[in-house]
Amino acid sequence: MEEFHHALKFKYELCIGCSHCTGVCPTAAIHVQNGKPILDPNRCIDCGRCYLSCPVNAIYIDQDDFKTIYNYKYPVLLVPSFFSAQFQERISNKAILSAFYHLGFKKVYEVERSVNLLKEKYNEMNENEDTDKPIISSFCPAIVRLIQVKYPSLVSNISRIKPPLDLTALFIKKSLTNEGIPSEDIGIFYVTPCAAKIAAIKSPVGEDKSVIDGVINMNYMYNKVLRTIKQGEYKLVEDEDDFHTLSNESILFALTTGEVRLLDRGRNLAIDEVHNVSDFLEKLENEDIDNIDFLELRACDESCAGGILCAGNRFLIAERQRKRVTKNKPIVQTDQMSDYVDYLNENMTVGPVLPRSMDKLDDDISIAMRKMKKSFEINAHLPQVDCRICGYQTCKELANAIVNQNADLNQCVFIQRTLEQSDKLTTTEAIKVTKKVWGDKKIDKNTLKNLNLE
Amino acid sequence: MNFTFSVEGGDFTNAGAASSHVKKMMKQLGVDNGIIKRTVVALYEAEVNIVAHAYNGQIVVDIEEDKIYIKLEDEGPGIPDISQAMQKGYSTASPKVREMGFGAGMGLPNMKANADILNVVSEVNKGTVVEITNFFNAQ
Ligand SMILES: Nc1ncnc2c1ncn2[C@@H]1O[C@H](COP(=O)(O)OP(=O)(O)OP(=O)(O)O)[C@@H](O)[C@H]1O
Ligand code: SF4
Ligand SMILES: [Mg+2]
Repeated sequence: MEEFHHALKFKYELCIGCSHCTGVCPTAAIHVQNGKPILDPNRCIDCGRCYLSCPVNAIYIDQDDFKTIYNYKYPVLLVPSFFSAQFQERISNKAILSAFYHLGFKKVYEVERSVNLLKEKYNEMNENEDTDKPIISSFCPAIVRLIQVKYPSLVSNISRIKPPLDLTALFIKKSLTNEGIPSEDIGIFYVTPCAAKIAAIKSPVGEDKSVIDGVINMNYMYNKVLRTIKQGEYKLVEDEDDFHTLSNESILFALTTGEVRLLDRGRNLAIDEVHNVSDFLEKLENEDIDNIDFLELRACDESCAGGILCAGNRFLIAERQRKRVTKNKPIVQTDQMSDYVDYLNENMTVGPVLPRSMDKLDDDISIAMRKMKKSFEINAHLPQVDCRICGYQTCKELANAIVNQNADLNQCVFIQRTLEQSDKLTTTEAIKVTKKVWGDKKIDKNTLKNLNLE
Repeated sequence: MNFTFSVEGGDFTNAGAASSHVKKMMKQLGVDNGIIKRTVVALYEAEVNIVAHAYNGQIVVDIEEDKIYIKLEDEGPGIPDISQAMQKGYSTASPKVREMGFGAGMGLPNMKANADILNVVSEVNKGTVVEITNFFNAQ
């Protein structure tokens, strides 16, 4: 199995081993050992909850060196429409655009330009009888990976329509080369609100290679633009060009309900925040939920306005973005993109997304069976407090790590403490003592009863 | 290995607990996703039938290396004519149950379609036993 690319990295020298990241991870991808985090690359989905939870900023998001834009004669910038919503209203779009030019970009596009093209595709797909329902949006790459690793039976429900980013990038490349700019001179740089988008660009799912040449983190770009504006050294552009000309639907696309609002018919649901999404998918897999046509699922609370690299508060960004709609003048522009509709339609879809289940205890089912029994047995002796002091997210994760020979039962502080109090005790006796405190009812959690390991 | 769940008649909010558990265990064993899906659908329908039609029941799940065997035994009204009940669309559900979205008469046919072996025996005024077996190396 090819490894996932991950943009989330640890600064081990700063880490204090507090295990906050371990606790918030929706796929239990991080555990702490010798006071340092260890990431399971096959579980991590780059949602960035760990990044937000770290009290000492020991997690960072790897980005391309900004200087690489100078390797291209014609660097262009692709920026999410809510980039401007990070700034206070008094900072004009003209100033922001001018700062981009000042930094060296020849042209700047908003990512959501291609949303107008998507509307028709979305409705076609949603009304097609042959598609697996519910259709799950492929927009948020963290969610696509979540499904691959944790809900593999749902991969065939993932939409094959490319997100606006890929379509707009294709449009840029094609239209600029048509204008006579040599393809090798064009460098397309994307300002990302999250680690998930970076991971999706560096190792795309259902595609060979991305059209994006480089990625710049949104908070980094925010700082650069703000500094340029504050220092006032830039030359103010005369007009905004077509930088800020989006339809209302395009403006709202990256916010929660942005996709659902494109759909004319059916039962369509929008859910944000990765743990909320997880709860829902768990239910969906159990067949408790019927008759839903489309699911817009986003890893961040308030969707991309809550992207981990956005500067500022997610509610304020979302509010400013919505306000932009009220001030938006319906554009009667002859969008240059309309000349490329056929080309983009031909390149609208990606290949299927494949499952990559993380739960499997072993490739060999009889070994997996043995491990599962053993893990149940061990877990039955653990206090189910999920205190994480052993370094694992839950007692159950510790039990699984023990059967995989990655951890030791003594790592459980409760068992350890009993052992310490009487150095004559064996581990088995220590378990008996802890049972006196914790009882032996723990296994009854979740109505599981009368477990018989024979 | 085997384990038991109990099911309470009328408790719709907890229907699905057994299938959810079984799903997690099959994932850990690395069973094919399609087979997990089939098993979850069949078991879920059978669980809901106890909740909807019987008073209470017991579910015994036995997982082996090559197959899963599930036995659902309930105390309830029983099914007078099993072959009739197996027909698509046949249901005796009360309007109250239909309001909850059950009662399309598709449960047993769905179970049949998603189980390698399905066995139903029933005694009127006593109860029903449903047995589901799915093999892991199917196809
Ligand atoms: N465990 C049971 N105890 C008593 N009667 C049952 C039981 N399971 C099924 N039946 C009877 O068989 C009929 C058909 O069951 P089936 O599951 O196919 O449909 P349903 O439960 O009525 O509707 P649906 O499952 O589509 O919501 C039921 O209406 C009921 O009369
Ligand atoms: S919701 Fe948006 S910002 Fe957050 S991970 Fe998904 S794509 Fe990235
Ligand atoms: Mg039924």
